[in-house]
Amino acid sequence: MTERPTISAAAAAAPFRFQRSTIREMGEKLLGQSARRRSATIPTRLDLRASNVTVAYPNGHVALRDASLTLDGPTICGLLGVNGAGKSTLFKAIMGMVRPAAGEVRLGGHTVAEAQRLNWVAYVPQNEEVDWSFPVSVRDVVMMGRYGYMNGLRIPSAADRAAVEQGLRRVGMQGFVDRQIGQLSGGQKKRVFLARALAQDGRVILLDEPFGGVDVTTQEQIMALLRELRAEGRIILVSTHDLASVPEFCDQVALVKGTVIAAGPTETVFTPTQIARAFGASAAQQAAGQASVSLRPDGDGTTLVVAADGRVLGRLEPQGMPRQP
Amino acid sequence: MIEELLLPFDYEYMRNAMLISGVIGAVCGLLSCFVALKGWSLLGDALSHAVVPGVALAWILGLPFALGAFASGMLAAWFMGFIRRNSRIREDAAIGIVFTAFFGAGLVLLTLFPSNIRLRTIVFGNVLGIAPGDAVQMLIVAAGVLLVMALRGRDLVLWAFDPTHARAIGLDTRLLQTLLLGCVAAVAVAAMVAVGAVLVIAMLVAPGATAYLLTDRFGRMMAGATALGGGSAFIGAYLSYFLDGSTGGVIVCLQALIFVIVLVFAPQHGLLAARRARQRASHPAGSIA
Ligand SMILES: Nc1ncnc2c1ncn2[C@@H]1O[C@H](COP(=O)(O)OP(=O)(O)OP(=O)(O)O)[C@@H](O)[C@H]1O
Ligand SMILES: [Mg+2]
Repeated sequence: MTERPTISAAAAAAPFRFQRSTIREMGEKLLGQSARRRSATIPTRLDLRASNVTVAYPNGHVALRDASLTLDGPTICGLLGVNGAGKSTLFKAIMGMVRPAAGEVRLGGHTVAEAQRLNWVAYVPQNEEVDWSFPVSVRDVVMMGRYGYMNGLRIPSAADRAAVEQGLRRVGMQGFVDRQIGQLSGGQKKRVFLARALAQDGRVILLDEPFGGVDVTTQEQIMALLRELRAEGRIILVSTHDLASVPEFCDQVALVKGTVIAAGPTETVFTPTQIARAFGASAAQQAAGQASVSLRPDGDGTTLVVAADGRVLGRLEPQGMPRQP
Repeated sequence: MIEELLLPFDYEYMRNAMLISGVIGAVCGLLSCFVALKGWSLLGDALSHAVVPGVALAWILGLPFALGAFASGMLAAWFMGFIRRNSRIREDAAIGIVFTAFFGAGLVLLTLFPSNIRLRTIVFGNVLGIAPGDAVQMLIVAAGVLLVMALRGRDLVLWAFDPTHARAIGLDTRLLQTLLLGCVAAVAVAAMVAVGAVLVIAMLVAPGATAYLLTDRFGRMMAGATALGGGSAFIGAYLSYFLDGSTGGVIVCLQALIFVIVLVFAPQHGLLAARRARQRASHPAGSIA
């Protein structure tokens, strides 16, 4: 993992310029997208601003109310919360999958739709969301990250192939290019989708539970890679249930519970009190049988995060001290 | 002997029937890949039944029947989507209600306004008696679907595999869905001529399902399903001359037969292959009886 392509490499390489016209617009609509997206200016500073976002699903359920989250500049931000807290919903709002009933999301000053057209938004799906028996190879999947850069017919150029190659190399999956996507281990699958985000050269990378079903070595590899991506100037948003890894891995934490109840640097937000607010269920919820989490002091200054069934979910270190493996 | 085998080619109506069936079968085969992978079998079946009132109305109003059929299919698709989005009714129930309602309305229209379209023709197809004008309509539909596939096929694959990613890179997923739905409705109309409304769904599912058992690549699956759909429809129409049986029935039986053979013998995803793999796993290397 020696090469570190700059964020602009793929985005800048396109001197296309067309006269805007209705015919062209219509052609775009039919053919997919255009070369227009490639000639964007790169903001010196990338930020993500979700302000007062409210999301209601068609069945009337308000999954997120008045949620605000601001990430200034490159960072790894962990999204924490119980099942059903609204983490995936916040992701969907940032990716433009759902239209907020109120509030708005801006990425580097652009609306979500603009950011999408610029190929800024990359997504690594939760394992359960993918049809693993779909007849596509590893290379096909990573190539999908390049579709936004291709012409309407999606015929890959040499640059596209190189980006795919490089993405696969960075995640160490270059030996599996012709495998069907389902014939991989859980960790390998995750890495393939990460390679797709790399090939896409996304500025804002969203990972929904990237550590589910992944062994410690792969988890370390993914984390190392995400740190590299942060160093390249990208914003990484990770939803995770693995509280133990948060302190060493995330610069910032956002606690979600129907809204963003707290967000900021890990040292100030990832504290027992705040976590209890996010994970501690009210009596009513407990009665309804929902999962709850409690915090228990554990000898030498650490605090255990314990699930309702007694499973230890994580360990909170006293502030400032690195986690012992 | 040879002469006898070439006999069907001597008749223009047989040549037409084989050509039309082959083209429609090929296009259906191509689309069947998407139908199989998106789990749209039920929807395809529904669309092929929902076109019936459109055919009747088109005749009453003197419009091209493909147009009426297509419009009625899309209207039914919209109704199904509307019910699913705006009520707690599940998708399969919504589909069941809408398509039977459309089919019923079609039956009523056809009996109230006796026309030269015989109900039998719509339900069971009659490619042997296809009028030249209708044949042209079918070929236009096939060409249109092929054009859509050539222009947006890759996006449709991407969307079928990962709609979230498709959204995230700014593709208009609603447009893609409508496009695919429109294609399915269009070929359902075309295939109705060849095999009839009842059997259309076989042409829209079997080739894709068969090819899916044979390969792990979408491109190859599409090529295989297209060849399979086209070939089996052509040969089915040819055979029906000798069997003197319903063309649609022969085509669909042929496709089902191929499917069963592949299901058993497919090198990787077949039943026998799975059994071999199990045996290999339970017996250490070299001890397979
Ligand atoms: N498509 C939908 N339609 C209606 N309600 C939904 C939909 N998706 C999610 N919800 C509801 O919205 C709430 C938030 O769901 P969300 O998926 O954002 O939770 P999450 O924090 O990602 O949970 P998990 O940790 O289980 O992934 C839940 O109460 C859920 O039931
Ligand atoms: Mg979730």
